[in-house]
Amino acid sequence: MRWLLLKDLQILRRSPLLVALLVLYPIVVALLVGTALSSGPSKPKVAFANLVPPGEAKINVGGRELDATSYASELFDAVEPVRVDSREEAIEKVRSGETLGALVIPPDVIERLQGTLGLSGGDKPPAVEVYYSAENPLKRRYVEATIDATLADANRALSDQIFKEAARYLNLIVVGGSLSLPVVGDVDVLGLRNARAIIDAAVAGLPADADARVALEQVSRFARLAADNLDVSKPILASIGKPVEVKEKAIAGSSTSLDVFGIEVAVVLSLMFVTLLLAAGMLALEREEHAFGRLVRGLVSRSGLLAEKIGLAGLCAWALAAVMLAVLVTFLELGWSRTPLWLLALAFAAIAFAALGVAIGGLTREVRAASLLAFMLALPIAALALVPSGAVDGTLYDLIRIVSGAFPFKPALSALDAALSGGELLAPLAHLAALTAGFALIARLALRRFV
Amino acid sequence: MAASRTDAPEALRADALSKAYGARRALQDVSFSATSGELLAIIGPNGAGKTTLLQILAGALAPTTGRISLDRRDVGWVPQQPAIYSKLSVRENLRLFARLEKVQDVDATIDRMLAEAGLADRADDTVGTLSGGNQQRVNVVVGLLGDPAVLLLDEPTSSLDPRQRERLWEFVSRLARHGGTTVVYSTHNVAEAERYADRLLVLADGELLFAGTPAELERATGAHEAIDFEGAFVRFLRARGH
Repeated sequence: MRWLLLKDLQILRRSPLLVALLVLYPIVVALLVGTALSSGPSKPKVAFANLVPPGEAKINVGGRELDATSYASELFDAVEPVRVDSREEAIEKVRSGETLGALVIPPDVIERLQGTLGLSGGDKPPAVEVYYSAENPLKRRYVEATIDATLADANRALSDQIFKEAARYLNLIVVGGSLSLPVVGDVDVLGLRNARAIIDAAVAGLPADADARVALEQVSRFARLAADNLDVSKPILASIGKPVEVKEKAIAGSSTSLDVFGIEVAVVLSLMFVTLLLAAGMLALEREEHAFGRLVRGLVSRSGLLAEKIGLAGLCAWALAAVMLAVLVTFLELGWSRTPLWLLALAFAAIAFAALGVAIGGLTREVRAASLLAFMLALPIAALALVPSGAVDGTLYDLIRIVSGAFPFKPALSALDAALSGGELLAPLAHLAALTAGFALIARLALRRFV
Repeated sequence: MAASRTDAPEALRADALSKAYGARRALQDVSFSATSGELLAIIGPNGAGKTTLLQILAGALAPTTGRISLDRRDVGWVPQQPAIYSKLSVRENLRLFARLEKVQDVDATIDRMLAEAGLADRADDTVGTLSGGNQQRVNVVVGLLGDPAVLLLDEPTSSLDPRQRERLWEFVSRLARHGGTTVVYSTHNVAEAERYADRLLVLADGELLFAGTPAELERATGAHEAIDFEGAFVRFLRARGH
């Protein structure tokens, strides 16, 4: 078998383009993924036109002035603003593709906001204008989600400030204090509790059968009830801004970060393509070169030939995937303490993919057909394995799980995840071993057709 | 035409070989023998079972019934299309198959075979760059690496020009006449069978219709007018319903 191995390595050495592709593919993918993950997500560019006249961005809440433009800064945590002076200029930025979208603050927004916050309410609620280029559904959804999320953040910040002012005002009514009003100046507010104390004192000084006593006691009770209930209304007001508090707790799966998951997918995807193409191609080559019949008529057994192809493809792909993962681990500074585990996971995955590869190679007659079949099979396998539960109908998801479980991508991803982030490693390794045996058997049966 | 070799020891015997693919019978009850140094041609129309018979003799295909006297290690097989690696050089191909054949002195054997086949000056050329004729010669040499008692050639000259055919037959005839190697070959070229074979096997629809010398085949047609060997062969097949 070692002579066959040597022969295949010689053939690979004589195919520089193929080898370059097989080596460069995972390394380039690793560098791209690593650079993307380590540099963090970039903020989308959004044209921003604030048409509110300078100095008129103040709103009055409970006698206090708030600067509405200060809340625009909330928008810029998630986007990179490109400031422009007019609506037309903002729209042009979107049309030209310079920015992903445009946010326009109309000049009357403060006036409308003030009206909404007034006791009488406004005729029209304040509105901001959003423009984006819906050149494709994906981009449209991305811009919508980004701007909706940033506007929600700005709204929440504003409502928090309004709540604080409302709470201060309620507190003034309940316990009393000084209120500064425009034009009038500072006004002392007695407060319900103080009013009740004065009434109670007055009631105590009245004769027991005085007519006014009953009426004053009613006023005292009202003052107490009003003070107590207005105190309770503060948390109710607070809940309007954030009516439901979310407590998150993962009950299944791993605690893998999105960055690490991205690495795992990139590595397993590269490993799958390299291994499938090598294993399927090298076996199909024996038939394409008409050497298969000569080899198996006593020189090499069919099982030995399969073992050699699985070993060769698995070893080459394992080495490439290990280099790729090492590059990514370095990029993201994940540490090296779990290296033996991820090397083991990659080895099991590489062997399982190689077994699938020889099954593909056994079913085809030519290298080109084997490569095409490997590609056609690999893409849906990967796509199906990444479908999350709940994203599709329950029955369909069960079917997807069965199909994904019949191929090595999903267990390879689980094994690598367990190796990198912790979790159950034995089960996915056993799954990969079972798939290796299954696909090797299919390949062996397929070779019976070879002559 | 070569002389009869009835005095030579038997090198190969096939008894009642049959091969069925489901309901289709590719070979039916074929028996024959060949002596050392004999050149035996298998001829017949397309689908007669020539390649199937050679594959069974080579051990590349198991017969449904019947037996062969030889161990596959004593048989050298040269498939119709060169079964060698086009990315490797001539020497690398020979070295690989010599090692797999467990040849004792690999390098000496390769040098000898290259010299005998006239390929010494092309030893380091990549097989893919060789002409069809030279590729076929490498293919034949690979079949001879294990120094087999019997060499099986499946349509060995089908892709060669007349000059290349001539050179190949010189090489193969030398193996048989001087090396004592029994050569069994299939061909569509009836004239080639008549010219180089000691005996012929005529197959049609998996059945062995005739085993004997070319002269015996001509006599078996019963033709009184002067016709060539190919005409006699066609007449023979037609007379038997093929």
